[in-house]
Amino acid sequence: MEREALQAAVCELDSAVRPLDENADRAAVIVEASALPAIIRRLRDEPEFAFAQLLDHVAVDWIDRGQFELIYQLYSFKHKHFLSVSVLVPREDPRVPTLCRVHPVAEWQEREVYDLFGVLYEDHPDLRRLFLEDDWIGFPLRKDYQDDFMLDRPR
Amino acid sequence: MTIEVSSLKELVEQASGDDRSPDTQEYFVNMGPQHPSTHGVLRLVLKLDGERVLRCIPVLGYIHRSIEKISEHMNYMNCVHLTDRMDYLSSIMNNWAVSKAVEEAAGIEVNSRIQYIRTIFAELERIQSHQLWWGVLGMDLGAFTPFLYGIRDREVLNDVMEETVGARLTMNYVLPGGLMADIHPNFVHRVKEFIKYFRPKLDEYDDLLTNNVIIQERLRNVGVLSAQTAVQYGATGPVLRGSGVAFDLRKDHPYGVYDQADFEVPVGTVGDSWDRYWVRVEEMRQSLNIVEQLLDNIPPGDFLVKKLNSKIKIPEGRYYSQLETARGILGVFIASDKKDEPYRMHYRSPNFNNLWCLEPMIKGDYIASLIGAMSSLDLVIPDIDR
Repeated sequence: MEREALQAAVCELDSAVRPLDENADRAAVIVEASALPAIIRRLRDEPEFAFAQLLDHVAVDWIDRGQFELIYQLYSFKHKHFLSVSVLVPREDPRVPTLCRVHPVAEWQEREVYDLFGVLYEDHPDLRRLFLEDDWIGFPLRKDYQDDFMLDRPR
Repeated sequence: MTIEVSSLKELVEQASGDDRSPDTQEYFVNMGPQHPSTHGVLRLVLKLDGERVLRCIPVLGYIHRSIEKISEHMNYMNCVHLTDRMDYLSSIMNNWAVSKAVEEAAGIEVNSRIQYIRTIFAELERIQSHQLWWGVLGMDLGAFTPFLYGIRDREVLNDVMEETVGARLTMNYVLPGGLMADIHPNFVHRVKEFIKYFRPKLDEYDDLLTNNVIIQERLRNVGVLSAQTAVQYGATGPVLRGSGVAFDLRKDHPYGVYDQADFEVPVGTVGDSWDRYWVRVEEMRQSLNIVEQLLDNIPPGDFLVKKLNSKIKIPEGRYYSQLETARGILGVFIASDKKDEPYRMHYRSPNFNNLWCLEPMIKGDYIASLIGAMSSLDLVIPDIDR
């Protein structure tokens, strides 16, 4: 399926899905946080899409807009196509439902994003720090993170 | 809804209480952070019942260097050089992955000479990486000779690559817009010599390890990972192909000049440690084939299309690009705000997801099998921690 066709087909799934302009050669959509697990599950199960693997989960801190963007990269072995699904959550209270029940690898990837951004995943079975110690204060990949050890380089 | 954030201590305390039978006593053992078979600083917290592994909890972060955060304060040219410290056995492929992402985002076209040389070097490095893995797998299972054999042949290839690249481990060769340097005048000739040298050596590998009964017994039906679990747990590369999923970016979404070469993608059937072993040994043969086909057709041209040190600016937006390294897919995510530094840079490292497959693979098996299963994953820990 071509990029535009795929994007249109995914958007027809639910009213919570909208197309997203991305400067890449892959289809991209944006989804409302509450509808995320249901939509990812349908994308996995419906043979038309068959997005079997969650390749990657990335978070971006858009500090000027006061939002975190959570991006899920999906891949379909059957149709050989990629899809990127974005969710926007407010920076003050970043919460999103977990995808562990749909893609077990999400448990691992979500722990990384929790560790570095502090995004809370509802219903995650084992939400812990992944790289940092359990008693670490703050979330290092946030743009406003400050640490005594950080180099204050002239820019 | 309240969300509970737990700690490792709580997790261990919680797991100490459950499924305890009156006859046995379950206990926890730390394997690592400095265990010879983890090839780096990986700590596994194992819950054991006698010699059986009930749970295997990886604990990461012992060598976390925050490469993603550092990248936010560097221009794209400099970001490339951090990546060969991640998976140091796929350093050129890591360089290429970032360069490819930057080139796609900034709209830089490179000529076919660059693409040919990049592909050849990537395949040579895949061989190099698998040579080391092959020797180390033997050593993990108690055989020292394979390690010497693997290193011996790796040295021969190292010499060939060093002549052009100038380094033997963290090789910086690919950069956005081209290559660091042109290939050495001796390069083509010496690679041909290497292919002639290494083909019989691969048969020797088979005699030494592949057809060895002890190795077969230690790997067959150990750490079985079904195709479905492999997909759900995010495995890529030889781990995924060992489980029977014929997915290889080089074939399914060709980059470089992989569409010019004729090669096969080895695929396992059972998904045990043996299949992953066989897939890698076979991949070495296929990589030799690819190099052999491309070597005589390197077209003339420049090795750099864009001037060095020029600060590349990427249009605003989000970009994602991926490349098949020796261990699986390396994904590069760039969020740009029009500056010459990335607003956010993220690496999807193949080992990170492959390690996650360890628990389903080893649950209920002996602790001795864990060593073989982990070795067949071919983990490089700095790539997980980044």
